[in-house]
Amino acid sequence: MTPTATYSDQFAALAAPAGAPAWLPALRQQAFERFTTLGFPTTRNEDWHFTSVAPIAERPFKAIKPAATTLTASDLAPWILDPSWHRLVFVNGRFEPGLSQFSELPADVEVATLSDALRESPEWLSAHLGKLAAFDAAAFTALNTAFMQDGVMIHVPKGETVELPLQILCLADAQAQGAAFHPRLLVVAEAQSQISLIETFAAIGGAEYLVNAVAEVTVADGARVDHYKVQQESTDAYHVSAVQVTQGRDSIYHSFSFAAGAALSRANIYTKLLGTGSEARLNGLYVLDGTQHADHQTFVEHIAEACASRELYKGILDGSSHGVFNGKVYVDPEAQKTDGKQTNKALLLSEQARVDTKPQLEIFADDVKCTHGATVGRLDELPLFYLKSRGIGAETAKALLTYAFAAEVLETIENDPLRLALERTVFERFTHASFE
Amino acid sequence: MLKITNLHASVGEKEILKGISLTVNAGEVHAIMGPNGSGKSTLAQVIAGHPGYEVTSGSIEYDGQDLLELEAEERAQAGVFLAFQYPIEIPGVTNAYFLRAAYNEIRKAHNQPELDPIEFLDVMEEKLTVVEMDASMMQRSVNAGFSGGEKKRNEILQMAVLEPKLAVLDETDSGLDIDALRIVAEGVNKLKRPDNATIVVTHYQRLLNYIVPDHVHVLAGGRIIKSGGKELALELEAKGYDWLLEPVTA
Ligand SMILES: Nc1ncnc2c1ncn2[C@@H]1O[C@H](COP(=O)(O)OP(=O)(O)O)[C@@H](O)[C@H]1O
Ligand SMILES: [Mg+2]
Repeated sequence: MTPTATYSDQFAALAAPAGAPAWLPALRQQAFERFTTLGFPTTRNEDWHFTSVAPIAERPFKAIKPAATTLTASDLAPWILDPSWHRLVFVNGRFEPGLSQFSELPADVEVATLSDALRESPEWLSAHLGKLAAFDAAAFTALNTAFMQDGVMIHVPKGETVELPLQILCLADAQAQGAAFHPRLLVVAEAQSQISLIETFAAIGGAEYLVNAVAEVTVADGARVDHYKVQQESTDAYHVSAVQVTQGRDSIYHSFSFAAGAALSRANIYTKLLGTGSEARLNGLYVLDGTQHADHQTFVEHIAEACASRELYKGILDGSSHGVFNGKVYVDPEAQKTDGKQTNKALLLSEQARVDTKPQLEIFADDVKCTHGATVGRLDELPLFYLKSRGIGAETAKALLTYAFAAEVLETIENDPLRLALERTVFERFTHASFE
Repeated sequence: MLKITNLHASVGEKEILKGISLTVNAGEVHAIMGPNGSGKSTLAQVIAGHPGYEVTSGSIEYDGQDLLELEAEERAQAGVFLAFQYPIEIPGVTNAYFLRAAYNEIRKAHNQPELDPIEFLDVMEEKLTVVEMDASMMQRSVNAGFSGGEKKRNEILQMAVLEPKLAVLDETDSGLDIDALRIVAEGVNKLKRPDNATIVVTHYQRLLNYIVPDHVHVLAGGRIIKSGGKELALELEAKGYDWLLEPVTA
């Protein structure tokens, strides 16, 4: 059976959800045909040069119909950053209303699961769903569009600020073994609105499954969206995600991607700066060990004038893990006064760990400031000696400096509970001491 | 307490210390002076255990132990402290965490119980006053973005917290204004006890108005070319180093 054939049978058996609008099957059909034509990307594809998805293509991951979870709120505690926040919880791809809470949102802010939104606001959905996440050249996005089961739709109207962050928690447990999940996120932040989102992907136990997530985010004029992603999947799992953002005039989009889980993960974070004076900040940290592989690809399209983009990606690699960072920046001939800065740094803790990094700058305007820098290395001798000269043993000194390496990028997280949680995670992982 | 005998040290092929002998007893303050590039920092770093310098011959005995056999952290745990000429910045680790980690590692080495963050706060409060440093400095990353003077004071703060037996201050005075110099010197004087010793590396006499040395040594070209009492520092201040560097005919 060819890799895509696994999905053909499943697609044929896919039933439209009750009450779904007519355009949905057409969109799915179109997407599936595209997926069949494209097939899974190979390493001959420039965008996938350092990441082979053969392990995903070879495994017959299947959609599942999970039973309602028996997990309780206290089981979720390790991932709930603040119990007062709005949250939507999915377990094995299934929405769990009993574990979710989002009724306290401002009345005019609409947050719904995809299945509810299909019933309640199909017109609004047809105007936005699938409009940013193009799948003509993206097999995983096509696959997600063909199979998207559930997800979260968010509409923040003009001028509205959602004060408390909204956390979307996607958990997988033993039931997820062999399953494919295609979660979908749609965010439309109208002019001058603000929202902060945290997507958390985590696992209870070590199942082998595939998460293939797609997010579409519209940040209209003067709006601000903070979009954090915490990827702590099972280390036997596969995680592929694509985020496509468009930004209006003077808008702000801040993204942070933390990746510590999955056997193989790939995150595409793409933004188009369409409005003058908009700002994108794409930061991230990946922490790998064993045979893990994590690939981040960012793409910033400077289309309008006087926009700023900032990227800081860091990786810490142990064992024989493999990290990939590919930062693409395009500056349109019209995008004068572009201010772009991209930095990526990797710290290798072992001889076998490897990093491939490829900044790609295509600049067609002349009045621009664009810089990029990449470093791959080991811990510096001097700080190590300084710590040791104060009585701190070599192992502890290394652990502290490894944490410090990560802290520089974690510091940029403006959400305090999230920043502290990630600082704690990284600190305890390396120092084996408790974090205060 | 410290007995250095015919010490030679090099970096790569380059020999920097060319036979240094120096004995420091408990309760003493020694000043090491000398022109730039004479090897003062190298000597200080070799005592602290910097891995970049290779000791090719000679010995250092400290408290009856072979100091050169010990790792840098073991030397610190045994009471050796170096105030760096150029303190290292460590963004991402707070001063508070760093100091407590160091303090506890040294306590652990002496089979003393470690202090938790609250208990350590009391220790800190007292030590901060010694160097007239604001408590807010504790929440900042180690030396990151500190001014030159703040870095030097932070070194003395570490010294105050770790209470070494043998402190080596490498040009802790350079770049300090008079007020900061006074604070640093008073800090050192307050920490002085009959059972510890201090080596002050400087190339100005200025600091020695505040920290009065028992012995002054002149280091040039990797050798100690003259030793004397505190008057030697004044003489150097008045005459410079050149008269010492001239070939001496008996
Ligand atoms: N790590 C090093 N690599 C190469 N040369 C060094 C190194 N450290 C010191 N030196 C050289 O050794 C000599 C003495 O340096 P140093 O000990 O710093 O002198 P001082 O502290 O007296 O100014 C200088 O010529 C300096 O350039
Ligand atoms: Mg020096």
